[in-house]
Amino acid sequence: MAASCWGLPELLCEFPALSDKSLRLMRLGIDNGFRDIVRHYSDQIDAATRPLQWFLNTLENAFTNTPWFIVLAIILGVVWLASRSIKIVIGSAIGMCLIGVFGLWEDTMTTLAMVAVATLIAIALGLPIGILAARSDRFQSVLSPVLDVMQTMPSFVYLIPVVVIFGIGKVPGVIAVVIYAVPPMIRLTNLGIRLVDKEVIEAADAFGASSRQKLWGVQLPLSLPTIMAGVNQTIMMALAMVVVASMVGVGGLGKNVLQAINNQFFTIGFLNGFALVAIAIIFDRASQAFGKRLQKHSEVGHD
Amino acid sequence: MTDSSTNASSNNAPENRSGIEIRHLYKIFGPNSERYVDAVQKGMSKDELNDKHNHVLGLQDINLELPPGQISVIMGLSGSGKSTLIRHINGLIMPTAGEILYNGRDVMKMTPDELREFRRHETAMVFQKFALLPHRTVLENTRYGLDIQGIATSKSNPIARKWIDRVGLSGYEDYYPNQLSGGMQQRVGLARALTNDADILLMDEAFSALDPLIRMDMQKVLLDLQAELKKTIVFITHDLDEALRLGDTIAILRDGAVEQVGTGQEIVLRPANDYIAEFVREVNRGRVIRAATVATPLPEGDVALPKLRVKGTTTLELAARKLADKDVRNATVLGKDGRPMGVIDMHTMLTAMVTPAEVDDGDDDLDEEDAA
Repeated sequence: MAASCWGLPELLCEFPALSDKSLRLMRLGIDNGFRDIVRHYSDQIDAATRPLQWFLNTLENAFTNTPWFIVLAIILGVVWLASRSIKIVIGSAIGMCLIGVFGLWEDTMTTLAMVAVATLIAIALGLPIGILAARSDRFQSVLSPVLDVMQTMPSFVYLIPVVVIFGIGKVPGVIAVVIYAVPPMIRLTNLGIRLVDKEVIEAADAFGASSRQKLWGVQLPLSLPTIMAGVNQTIMMALAMVVVASMVGVGGLGKNVLQAINNQFFTIGFLNGFALVAIAIIFDRASQAFGKRLQKHSEVGHD
Repeated sequence: MTDSSTNASSNNAPENRSGIEIRHLYKIFGPNSERYVDAVQKGMSKDELNDKHNHVLGLQDINLELPPGQISVIMGLSGSGKSTLIRHINGLIMPTAGEILYNGRDVMKMTPDELREFRRHETAMVFQKFALLPHRTVLENTRYGLDIQGIATSKSNPIARKWIDRVGLSGYEDYYPNQLSGGMQQRVGLARALTNDADILLMDEAFSALDPLIRMDMQKVLLDLQAELKKTIVFITHDLDEALRLGDTIAILRDGAVEQVGTGQEIVLRPANDYIAEFVREVNRGRVIRAATVATPLPEGDVALPKLRVKGTTTLELAARKLADKDVRNATVLGKDGRPMGVIDMHTMLTAMVTPAEVDDGDDDLDEEDAA
C-alpha cells in the first residue's frame, strides 16, 4: 500500500484513518439506532404526517377528478387575477393546451398539486423563519450554515433518512421538496427586511411605532419585492425537485422523466421535461407580475 | 440685548410649558462605553479615547436649555455630533451619561413603553432625507403618526388634510412620495410631523437636501407656522445663514462639545473664540444685526430727533436702504413700546455691517493711503 512514500513511516504516508472495523461498527450503530428509533415511533410519525397525506390526496384528487376545462378555466382565472395581463393568460392557455394535446394532462395535475402543497408549506415555514433571522443576528448566524447544508447537500442524500423515517410515497416526496425549496424563501425574506431603508425605520421609531407596527406597516410591505422573488425561487426549485422526488414514489411528470431515463425514451423524456418548463414559466410570469403589481408606488416616478 | 431676548421668550411662551433641559450629557460610541465615562469626565481627550481605547466620543458634557415655544438651532459641521444630539431628545439614541429633562421627566430613564408613548404624543420629527414611507400616499404618510396611535381614519383623515393644506399640498393627497419633488416631499415630512400635534418638533437638517430657493421657501413656511403654533422646535443645521434666519437661540457644536450659545446677534457680534469667529466671517451681518443693537442713546436735552423713524427690530440692511432712499444720514430708532430709544447714522451702520476680520487682514493699500 504505502509503496511510493519516499520511505516515510506509515503514519506520514497514508492519512491515519479509523480502522475499517471501527468505521463499520460506527455505521451499523448509527443506522440501526436510527432505524430502531423510527420503528419505535412509527405510529406517532404516521399520525403526524396524516394531515399532510390527507391534504396532498385531497388536492391531487381535486386537480385530477375535476373536468379539464374547469381546471383550465380556474388556472387561467388565477393567472389573470395575479398578473392582469392578457398576454400572460394567452401564453398560459397555449401552454396548458399543448400539455393536454400530448396526453400529459393528468400527470401534470398530479405534479401541480404536489408543487402547490410544497410551495405553500415552504412559504408558511420560510416567511416566519426569515423574519426571525432578520430580527436576530445570532439566529441568523446559526441558521446560515444550516441553509448552506440544505442547499448544497445532494438531494439524493437526504432522501435516504426521509425514506427511512416516512417510507415511500407522496409525503416523503413533499418533505424532500420542501427541504430543497425553502432556503431561498428564508434567505430572501431575511435579506428583504434587512435592506429596508434605515431612515424609514428610524422615522417609524421616531413616531413611536411598536415593533409589530414596524413589521407589518413598514418592513414587510417594503421588502415585498424581495420576498416575492423568494416565492418565485421557491416555486422554481420545487418544480426542479419533483423529478428527483419521483425516486421515492411521487407520481406525475417526474415519474415519467425517471422512466424515460431508465429506458432511454428520448421523446417521452423531452415531452415531460417541456411540460415542466411550461408550468414553471406560467408560475414564474404570473408570480412576478403579481409582485410588480403590489409595488404600484415604485413604478410611478415623478417627472 | 439680553433684556430684549428674555422679553421675547416671555412673550412667546405660556408659563406652564416646559422646555427641554439637557444636563451633562455624554455619549461614547463603542462596546464598553460605560467604562470610559469617568475618564472622559475627568478630562480624557477625544483623540486619546479613540487611539488608546478605540471608542468614539460623540458628545461631551452638553448642557443646554431649549426654551419652550422657541426655535433652538443646533449648528455644527459634519461630525460635530449635532445629529447624535437631536436623537437623544426622543431617545432614538440613549446617552452614556447625563439627563434630558422634559416636564420634569428624564427621557433616559423611561421604560420602552413610556418612551413609545412619549414619542407618540410629545415629539415629532422631520428628517434630512424626508424618510417618507414610499408605499403610502401623501395622505397616508401625513396621518402616519395618528395611525400609530391607533386613531381611526375617519378622525385622522380630516386632521391630515388640514395640515396638507397648511403646507400647500392640497390636491396631492393621493400621490405617492416618489411622484413629488424634494421640496414637496419635505412638505409632506413637515405635515406628517405637525399632524402629530406634539409640543416638541425635532428637525434634523430638514432643509439641507433642498435647493437654495426651495430651502428659503421652506424656512418661510416654518417661520409662518411657528408664529402661530409656538412649538418647541429643535432645528439642526450646518448652515449658519439658516441658523441665523430661524434660530431664536443658536448653539454651536464642535467635536461633540458646545462652543457657544446665544442669539444670532450675540454670536455674530461677540464670537466666543477663533473657531466661531472664522465661522461668522462670511455672514451677511447687515441681515443679522438689528438697528436697536447699534443705536446710540438718545441725546440729552431737547434736541430735535431725526425725522426718519425705524423700528428697533429692523435689520441694518433694511434700515440702510431706508436711509438711502430718503437720502438722509441718520434716523430715530423706536423701542418695543414704539417710543424713540436711540439714534442711528449711516457711519455706525456701515461699521457694524463690515466684517472686522476682513478689515484686519486685507486691503493694506487702503490703510497706507489713509496713513499718507
